[in-house]
Amino acid sequence: MFTIAHLTFHEARRKRVLLAAVVLGAIFLSIFSAGIYFINDAVAREGVRPPSAVRDQSTRMVYNFLAMAGLYAVNFLLVMMATLLPVDTLSGEISSGAIQSLIVKPVRRSQIVLGKWLGFAFILLIYATCMIGGVAVIVAFVGNYTLPNIHIALPIMLLETLLLLTLSIAGGTRFTTLTNGVFVFGMFGLAFIGGWVEQVGGLLGNQAAQNIGIITSLIMPSESLWRLAAYYMQPDGLGVLSLTPFSSSVAPSPSMLIWAAGYTIAILLLAIRHFSQRDL
Amino acid sequence: MFVIETSHLQKQFGNKLAVADLTLNVREGEVFGFLGPNGAGKSTSIKMLLGLVTPTAGSSLVLGAPPGNVQARAKIGFLPEHFRFHDWLTGREFLHFHGRLYGMSGAALKQRIEVLLERVALVEAGDRKLQQYSKGMLQRIGLAMALLNHPKIVFLDEPTSGLDPLGRLLVRDIIADVRNEGTTVFLNSHLLSEIEVTCNRVVFLKQGNVVREIDLTANNVYVNELEIKLGQVDDAILRGLAEFGHQVQAQGNRIRMNIRDEATLPQLARWLVGQGCEIYHLAAHHPSLEQLFVETMNTKEG
Repeated sequence: MFTIAHLTFHEARRKRVLLAAVVLGAIFLSIFSAGIYFINDAVAREGVRPPSAVRDQSTRMVYNFLAMAGLYAVNFLLVMMATLLPVDTLSGEISSGAIQSLIVKPVRRSQIVLGKWLGFAFILLIYATCMIGGVAVIVAFVGNYTLPNIHIALPIMLLETLLLLTLSIAGGTRFTTLTNGVFVFGMFGLAFIGGWVEQVGGLLGNQAAQNIGIITSLIMPSESLWRLAAYYMQPDGLGVLSLTPFSSSVAPSPSMLIWAAGYTIAILLLAIRHFSQRDL
Repeated sequence: MFVIETSHLQKQFGNKLAVADLTLNVREGEVFGFLGPNGAGKSTSIKMLLGLVTPTAGSSLVLGAPPGNVQARAKIGFLPEHFRFHDWLTGREFLHFHGRLYGMSGAALKQRIEVLLERVALVEAGDRKLQQYSKGMLQRIGLAMALLNHPKIVFLDEPTSGLDPLGRLLVRDIIADVRNEGTTVFLNSHLLSEIEVTCNRVVFLKQGNVVREIDLTANNVYVNELEIKLGQVDDAILRGLAEFGHQVQAQGNRIRMNIRDEATLPQLARWLVGQGCEIYHLAAHHPSLEQLFVETMNTKEG
């Protein structure tokens, strides 16, 4: 199993996927920190001197908004990575037949699925932590602002990443690479639009719209995990007032975490079961 | 002792019957040829024996265990027909990875890799990526991969299809070596002349049924065509020769006839000498496997 995990990691490195991701991530974080730096500069030179309590509050809002916008972009990046990185690892090897020379080795099929999962999980968790942590650290050092509850939001976003990874691997045991990509992004899109329906419904007090959102987030919990993470990170008083993609007016229930974790495990077990039984 | 035993194996994909009824036994240490036209179900049969495909009916034992048994797999090697490997690995890394999957490691694995690279003549190409390998080189590295674990049975699905004559000769030598080490070889090939020189026994597969089995090591199984050239031929000689075989035809001092059994040959020669004949030429020909193949596939239609 660890041999497969190691090979998976090695493959991402050898194919320069890792390099591309790291370079892009670094560029993103650099631009982000430059942006924060210049805004910081502008805020500091602001001539107006309102009472300090009010000024602090509005500055905090600005930084929170920027940090959330950054994390929102990171969230998208992670969704893409978690979906695309493993999208053809099984389907591609099944259709090319490369999987045959692995299956006949004295390893269980479950070990092949788990090994690949572990290899990608390792890459994605490190990458996600660096990117999310990077945004938080930049805001903290350059903007002198600490994102609230980042220690809670980070693991939630990591869980979202793992969920998408697992779905992409599970799809790969059944579908061709293209179908699998369409499937996972389709699921993500479903959750995304469901999340918005729920938000708007929440603001307007429309129960039916909210229910639709809840149902879609049960079918695919990725978006509600992001909303939950965003809810934890927003400062007091923002959520009720505004509707932005970076924040959450209606917080998903924390029990969504348990659902999402169970969902991920169930999908992984289904993937193993299907892969173990299918003809190759 | 049989290392592979199958009983009425059947595989149906949707409403297409890929393998109808496969019953065969492979003896330990033999080179077993598995022949048949395209679409006869050869690859599906191999996949069933390896546990890649689940049969819809029937049963089989490979090394005494049901196919797919993890312990048995440790003693099996396999070169797939449409071999596609992780081509971003170098030859050495590729063998190392597969060795790890067999549970091998350390100096023993390193040494085994070098021995095999030497054997398939890829020592110098060992640090190049598989992407840069030619089809023949890939086939050879695949063969090395299939032999990493000193298998008790090795399944080779078309091992010589991508190779030039020199490469084929190399593979033929390797198969002979492997057999001498006691490994059973299950060989699936279209190249009948290859099969003829390497195999002990062959079966012909047609529409997923075994339609003929030929023991290539025995002398008496298939008809031999005999060609004789004598100093002088007369009716008495021809009548006498008819006792040893049939379809005796003379043309001048050349005679052609069929004999059933190679053991007849020395008797026939002794008799000719006893008759005072001068023998200039006496040669028995096996019909080629190709002839038998064509004959089998044509005559048992349906």
